[in-house]
Amino acid sequence: MPFKRYVEIGRVALVNYGKDYGKLVVIVDVIDQNRALVDSPDMVRSQINFKRLTLTDITIDIKRTPKKKELIKAMEAADVKNKWENSSWGRKLIVKKRREALTDFDRFKLMLAKIKKASLVREELAKLKKEVKA
Amino acid sequence: MVTYKFHQFQVVGRALPSEKDEHPKIYRMKLWATNEVRAKSKFWYFLRKLKKVKKSNGQMLAINEIFEKNPTTIKNYGIWLRYQSRTGYHNMYKEYRDTTLNGGIEQMYTEMGSRHRVRNHCIQIIKTATIPAKLCKRESTKQFHNSKIKFPLVSKKVRPPSRKLKTTYKASKPNLFV
Repeated sequence: MPFKRYVEIGRVALVNYGKDYGKLVVIVDVIDQNRALVDSPDMVRSQINFKRLTLTDITIDIKRTPKKKELIKAMEAADVKNKWENSSWGRKLIVKKRREALTDFDRFKLMLAKIKKASLVREELAKLKKEVKA
Repeated sequence: MVTYKFHQFQVVGRALPSEKDEHPKIYRMKLWATNEVRAKSKFWYFLRKLKKVKKSNGQMLAINEIFEKNPTTIKNYGIWLRYQSRTGYHNMYKEYRDTTLNGGIEQMYTEMGSRHRVRNHCIQIIKTATIPAKLCKRESTKQFHNSKIKFPLVSKKVRPPSRKLKTTYKASKPNLFV
């Protein structure tokens, strides 16, 4: 039951509501019980409520309120982008985004691919069943 | 960013020049109001209490809105105020942590409304200052003066990412564990 993800300076979080929805941001300082100062390489440093954040497992090594350049360097050093994109959470979000962007033609191609995959699986299953019976 | 209800204005005015006084003294006030019109009115209200001048025999020289110089740094604001309660006038000193002074003032107004049931028009701001961390008086601001601050978020409420996706009823009880 102990907590694993803490609000701390350097914690990477995902914004889950509002204008910056879906962005990965770094908690750079804590204003008070409900708000944090948050920063990301492509946005102006701003305050955000904790209710709009979901903490991730990734932390980076920074001092309180670092300069933008230092922040970017620390994010490179901790390899946040790759760690996120290889994590199961990050991969699921990428798949979700890809699925939302499908056109009707893409969905048709997807349907054909699914049918093909299912037929291959069923072929193998039939072979295994025959072996078991024999 | 966040839209603040109260804006900070710099209002400059003086009495009208007369034969007795060719160049009357010019007075400048920094005050908070929701808009420029209200700011000018507040200026005359306060100036009347300090000098023998009214809007009818005075002139407004300048009114400018003051914006926050460093909205990306966190500061500790100390606010001295005078408010009217049901039984009389009292002075108060309150501290807030925020990135902008307007944000701190907004916090003050809402807190006075909730804790003491004081309406906005019953509050007069005497003085505001940015307080360095060493001189803060209130424990609730001092507890955040920690460069290695660390705390868990105790309950995670899953919200729909936009108001349009809000539903009144849910199929199952949501899990609030972080």
